[in-house]
Amino acid sequence: MNAPMTDEERFRKENPMSEFLRMERMPHIWCPGCGIGTVVNSFAEALKKSDLDMDKVAVVSGIGCTGRVAGYMKFDSLHTTHGRAIPVATGLKLANPDMKVVVVSGDGDLTGIGGNHFIHAARRNMDITVICVNNFTYGMTGGQVTPTTPTKANASTTPYGNYEYPFSLPFLADACGATYVARWTSLHARNITNSISEALKHKGFSFIEVITPCTTLYARRNRLGDGLDALQYYHDDSEIVHGADTREVDIEFQSKIKMGTFVHREKPTYLEAVNTHYANVIGDEYQLYGKTTPEREAEKKAQEQANQGSK
Amino acid sequence: MWEIRFSGFGGQGIVRCALITGKACSLYDDKFSTMTQSFGPEARGGACSSQLLVSDERIAYPYVTVPGVLIALSQEAYAKYEPELGDGGILIIEEELVKPTGDANRVRLFPVPATRFAEELGNRLFANLVVLGFFSAITKAVSADAMKKALPGLVPDRFLKVNMQAFDKGYDYGLKALEAEGKGSGASS
Amino acid sequence: MRKVAADPKGVDSGSHFMDGDHALAEGALAAGCRFFAGYPITPSTEVAERFAERCPHVGGLFIQMEDEIASIAALIGGAWGGQKVMTVTSGPGFSLMMENIGLAVMTETPMVICNVQRCGPSTGLPTLTAQQDMMQVRWGSQGDYRIIALSPDSPQECFDLAIEAFNLSETYRVPVFIMTDETVGHMHEKVVVPPAEQIEVLDRNWYTGPKEDYRPYDFTGNLPAPMVKAGDGYRFHTTGLTHDERGYPAGSVEVHKKLLDHLIGKIDNNVDKISKTEDSGLGDAEVVVISYGITSRIAAKAIADGRKAGIKVGAMRLITVWPLCENRIREIASKVKGIVVPEINMGQVVLEVERVVGGRCKVISVPHAGGAVHDPEVILDAIKEAVK
Repeated sequence: MNAPMTDEERFRKENPMSEFLRMERMPHIWCPGCGIGTVVNSFAEALKKSDLDMDKVAVVSGIGCTGRVAGYMKFDSLHTTHGRAIPVATGLKLANPDMKVVVVSGDGDLTGIGGNHFIHAARRNMDITVICVNNFTYGMTGGQVTPTTPTKANASTTPYGNYEYPFSLPFLADACGATYVARWTSLHARNITNSISEALKHKGFSFIEVITPCTTLYARRNRLGDGLDALQYYHDDSEIVHGADTREVDIEFQSKIKMGTFVHREKPTYLEAVNTHYANVIGDEYQLYGKTTPEREAEKKAQEQANQGSK
Repeated sequence: MWEIRFSGFGGQGIVRCALITGKACSLYDDKFSTMTQSFGPEARGGACSSQLLVSDERIAYPYVTVPGVLIALSQEAYAKYEPELGDGGILIIEEELVKPTGDANRVRLFPVPATRFAEELGNRLFANLVVLGFFSAITKAVSADAMKKALPGLVPDRFLKVNMQAFDKGYDYGLKALEAEGKGSGASS
Repeated sequence: MRKVAADPKGVDSGSHFMDGDHALAEGALAAGCRFFAGYPITPSTEVAERFAERCPHVGGLFIQMEDEIASIAALIGGAWGGQKVMTVTSGPGFSLMMENIGLAVMTETPMVICNVQRCGPSTGLPTLTAQQDMMQVRWGSQGDYRIIALSPDSPQECFDLAIEAFNLSETYRVPVFIMTDETVGHMHEKVVVPPAEQIEVLDRNWYTGPKEDYRPYDFTGNLPAPMVKAGDGYRFHTTGLTHDERGYPAGSVEVHKKLLDHLIGKIDNNVDKISKTEDSGLGDAEVVVISYGITSRIAAKAIADGRKAGIKVGAMRLITVWPLCENRIREIASKVKGIVVPEINMGQVVLEVERVVGGRCKVISVPHAGGAVHDPEVILDAIKEAVK
C-alpha cells in the first residue's frame, strides 16, 4: 500500500496553480503575511483566464524578495541582477517579439537602482508588462528605506523616521509615457487579476502597482501589526477612483490609498514604431530579422530540388 | 613607401583628402595604405592633420616618421609640420593661405591657388579636390584614374562631376608645375 | 556546433577602405549578429552608428539604450530570446557593464562585447589610445570566472575577429571580448569582406531532445549544455545565483564548486583550441617581444631595427590575450634570454607573463601611460637590454 501523502506532497499535487508554478521548488522563501504570494496567485489566475500560449510567456525579475518570483513560475524565466529586469525584458522582447514578457519587481529594485530603466521603458512604450510589488521597503536586505517609503515612516536606514519625499509610482509611470497604469492593494486580489488580464491584452508599456505588507520588517518596525492588520488597513482606507489624475494619488504614511485603473490609452509600441518607420523609409524590402538559418537552408534546398526537377 | 601628411584647419576636408587618397591606393592601385588622423579637441578647428602611408608591402608601423610629402592648407599647419618634412621632400601649399617662411632650398615647394580655382568652379569647397589633383600629378604616388574611382561615396553624388573637374584642374596645373620645376623655375600663376 | 554559411544579407562582400570600428560592425553582421544594444561613447561610437545604419537593411534591430548597464542587460535578454547579440563601448561604459558581465558568465549567455580602449582612469584622455582595460576584462566582475578576449591589430582583423568572437561565444557560451583600441578603431585600411559562402559561421548548439529532459546547464563536460530559446516551450530558468543543472538556485558549497569548476574548466581545458598567436622569427630568437593589438605593429618596427642591428629577436603577437597561451610562453622562455612585453598601460599582461615564465628568462616590461603608442626606440632599448 502506498504511504499516505504528506501535506507538502498534497500541496504540490493538488494546488490549483501547479500548472503555473514550479512546484518542485516549493515551499517558497516568503514570510507569513507577505503580499508577494497574492500577486503571484493573481498573476497565475490572470494567465489561466487568458488565451495566451503559455509557452510564449516569459517572466523576468531582478533582485530582492519579489525578484524570486521568476524562479517560482513555470515559464521561460530569467532571474537577473538588481534593478536590471526591465532592460533584460526589453532585450528578450525585441529579440523575440512573439513573447509576452512580464517583469515582476519590488519597489526598491524597480524604482531605486532600476529607476532609469523604468522611465525609459515607459517612454519607449516598450511592449512589456511590469508588476511592482510595493511594500515600501528593501525586504531581502533587512528593511531599509526605499524611493517609495512614505515620509515619517521608520526604516533601518532612517531609524528616526524618513525625511525624504517618496515617488508616487502611477504618477511617475504616467509622466514617462506608460500607456496602462493601475494600482491595487494585496487585499484586492480579484482586481489585481483583472488588471493583469487587461495589461496582458494591452499593447505597450503596462504598469501595475500592488501595495503589499512587509510584515516582518516595515510593519513591525512601524508598529503596524501583522498581515491581517495590514489587510484591515487596506480595507478601511482604500478607495477606487478609476481614471484618477495621477498627480493626486500619492500615498502618505498610513494615509488613504487611491486605486483603480488610472491610465489606459493607445499609442504605437516601440517595435510598432520601429517597423512602421522602416517600412516607410526602406519599403517592402524591410523585414525585421528576416529569415532564420533553418528557413534559409530549407529555402535553398527547395530551390535546388526545383532546379534538379527542371533538368 | 610614401609617407604623406595632409594638414590644414578643421572644416577644410583634410581627413576627406586622406580618405580619398588611401582608398584610391588600396582599392584601385593595388597597394597597401594606412590612414590615421588626429581626433579630439585638436581636430575641432586649429591645426588638423591626417597621415597616410602607401607601400607595396604590408604596413606595420602605422605613422609617418619622416614625411616625404606635406600638404599644408593653413599657415598654422605649415608652421607646425614643415620642420618634420624630410630634406628634399615635397611641400604642397595653398598659395593664398600659406606664406612659406622656411629655407626655400631645403624642400621642393609647390604652391597651388586651389581656393581660386575652386571658386571658378562655383564653390571654394572644391578646393581640396584641386589640391588632390595637384598632389597626384606632382607625386605620382597614386594614379589619377584610381583617385577618380575613389570619389563616389566620399563626395556627395550631386557634386561628383564638379569634384572631378576640380581634380582635373589641379592635376593639369600640377603637370605644368612639374614641367616648370624641370626648367628651373617655380610654377607661377 | 553547427557550421552554417553566413547569411548573405549581412555580408557586404568586396574590398573596402574602412576603419576598425566599422569593420567590427561588418564582422558582426557577417557572423549573423542581428541584435545590437549600445550607448554612445568615444571612441567606439562608430561601431554603433554603422550598425544603426545597416540594421534595417539586413533584418536586424539596433536599440540605443539608456546606458551601458541597460545595453548589456538587453544582450542577456536578446541572447535567451535566440539572437546573436553584440554591444560596444569604451572605458567608462565598460566599467558600468561589469556586474552584468558576471551575470552573462554565470548564466552562460553567449554575447560579444567590443571595448575600443581609451585612456583612463576615469574620463582620462577620452579620444586617445590605450590598452589599459586588459586586466579589467580578465577580472573586472566579482567572483572567479574565465572569459575570452581577442585583440585585433588592424581593421581587417577587426572584421575577422568579430566573426571569430561570435563563433567562440556560441561554442563556449561565454562573453567574448574584442579588446581593440582607439588607434585601430579609427585607423583606415583595406578590409576585404569575402563572399558569404566562404565565411564560416558557427551557430549555438540548439537542444532538440524531449522537453522534460532539458537542462540549461551541464557541469560534467568540457563544453556547455546546448541552449534553447524563449518561446519554444522548454520553460527554462536562469539565475545569477549559484544554481544546479536545471538552473535552479542551489545554495550549497558543493554545487558552487561544481559550477565554478565548470565555468573555469570549459575555457582552461580548451586553451589550445581557443588561443591564437601570430609568430615570427622565433626559430633563432634570443629575445622575443610578446605584444598585442596596435602595440605589436609598433614593436614590429623595433624588431626590424633590432634584426638590422644583428640582434636575434622574434615576435609573438597575442591574437587571443585571454586565456593566455601559458604553455607556449613557457616553451619560449626556456629557449631565450629574455622576453619583452610592451603595452599601452603601466604593465598588465606582463604580470601574467612573468608568472608564467617563472624565472626561466628575463621579462622586461615596457609600459606606457597611454594617449599614444610607444616610441619604437624605447622597445628597441628593451630588446637590447633583454639580449644582454
